[in-house]
Amino acid sequence: MIRFEYFEPATLAEAVALLGRCDGNAAVLAGGTDLLVEIREHIRRPAYVVNIKQIPGMEELSYDAARGLRFGALVTSRAIELSPVVQEKYPGLAQAVRELGSIQVRHRATVVGNICRASPSADTLPPLIADGAAARIYGPAGERVVALEEFFTGPGRTVLKTDELVTEITVPPPPPRTGKIYIKHGRRKAMELATVGVAVSLTLAGDSCGEVRIVLGAVAPTPIRARQAEALLRGQVVAADRIASAAQAAMAEARPIGNVRASAEYRREMAEVLTRRALEQALEAAR
Amino acid sequence: MKELVRVTINGEARELAVAPYRSLLDVLRNEAGLTGTKKGCDVGDCGACTVLLDGDPVNACLVLGVEVKGRRITTIEGLQPAPDRLHPLQENFIKYGGAQCGFCTPGVIMMAKALLDENPDPTEAEIRFGLAGNICRCTGYTKIVEAIQATARQLGGGKRGA
Repeated sequence: MIRFEYFEPATLAEAVALLGRCDGNAAVLAGGTDLLVEIREHIRRPAYVVNIKQIPGMEELSYDAARGLRFGALVTSRAIELSPVVQEKYPGLAQAVRELGSIQVRHRATVVGNICRASPSADTLPPLIADGAAARIYGPAGERVVALEEFFTGPGRTVLKTDELVTEITVPPPPPRTGKIYIKHGRRKAMELATVGVAVSLTLAGDSCGEVRIVLGAVAPTPIRARQAEALLRGQVVAADRIASAAQAAMAEARPIGNVRASAEYRREMAEVLTRRALEQALEAAR
Repeated sequence: MKELVRVTINGEARELAVAPYRSLLDVLRNEAGLTGTKKGCDVGDCGACTVLLDGDPVNACLVLGVEVKGRRITTIEGLQPAPDRLHPLQENFIKYGGAQCGFCTPGVIMMAKALLDENPDPTEAEIRFGLAGNICRCTGYTKIVEAIQATARQLGGGKRGA
């Protein structure tokens, strides 16, 4: 492994001051399951590695009915996977972490790390965006909160400055009669990156569809909302033909690349198939 | 610049001088002299380097040696209850043919230990889900699953798998 200098700041203020001094040559280490691989494979060559795991106050996961779910930057994907409240209230997110890497990886990998790494195929991003999650960001100028939907600017790129850290994710409580689904498509069941991932959060209002969010992963430089598909459903009585039209609209909104995992054409078609399945399942769960 | 890392490995307090860019896997195999933990892919895909960190299974290749200060690590060498006695998992891997070439075996057994600690009575599906991060090219997993089921029965769980 390349030689880097290693720091363990004890506070957030110390960490961001250090990151500022490193001037873009530092890598933040939380779980390390992506970073250490990228260093070993010479994809990243940081001069400094800043381990944030000694900073207190970022290990909590909590839920209350008014404010929803909150979890800190050091909460592992395994802790999210095993959380009864996540399984009950945020089944899309629960499904996504279940399919992220292996149990060994999930004991180290943090969900905030999955977010900050900003891979277009990252499993936790579509369900969190569908759930309306927001990131709390700490920097030298203080704190700011950014909706996760606005957080990603490209593959591996986010709105984070080099001296800012995401400290916490907040997710609003699900309204009654809401179905949340994440479907990951890959070439095999485990230890796989998503070829296409689709998350849906759908709330029923009477017999009609109320608020609905459809988020596609791995079919664009960042996860994207399928807004035209959503618009076809909102306020409508959802039947099979409506779902089929929305799934076709989602396919039209996907703009995938072709790579070693799948061709662009295949990804587009799977975006339609998975959107249809996810809407059917979300509708069923909402009833 | 090396740091002094105080860590408990297999119940024994150790002090190791560790460079910050060295993985826990390299530290265990070289500085600590424990070569039972294997290096397969070195990027977290194969599971051959699985060890327990404060009881949780992790890939030692994806942990820095300097990150384990004050922590408790269990490797395959720490599983035996006594020098001349094997752990039931080790006995059953022999009895059921769960090890062939043996390279994945220390990692598989450590993962199986973590699995049974958390869930003493796993179904076959739960065992296979738990082993998703451990790659074995020899056994086809059937004999591994049988060895783990037999251990669960022997240790008092394993009612569903019986």
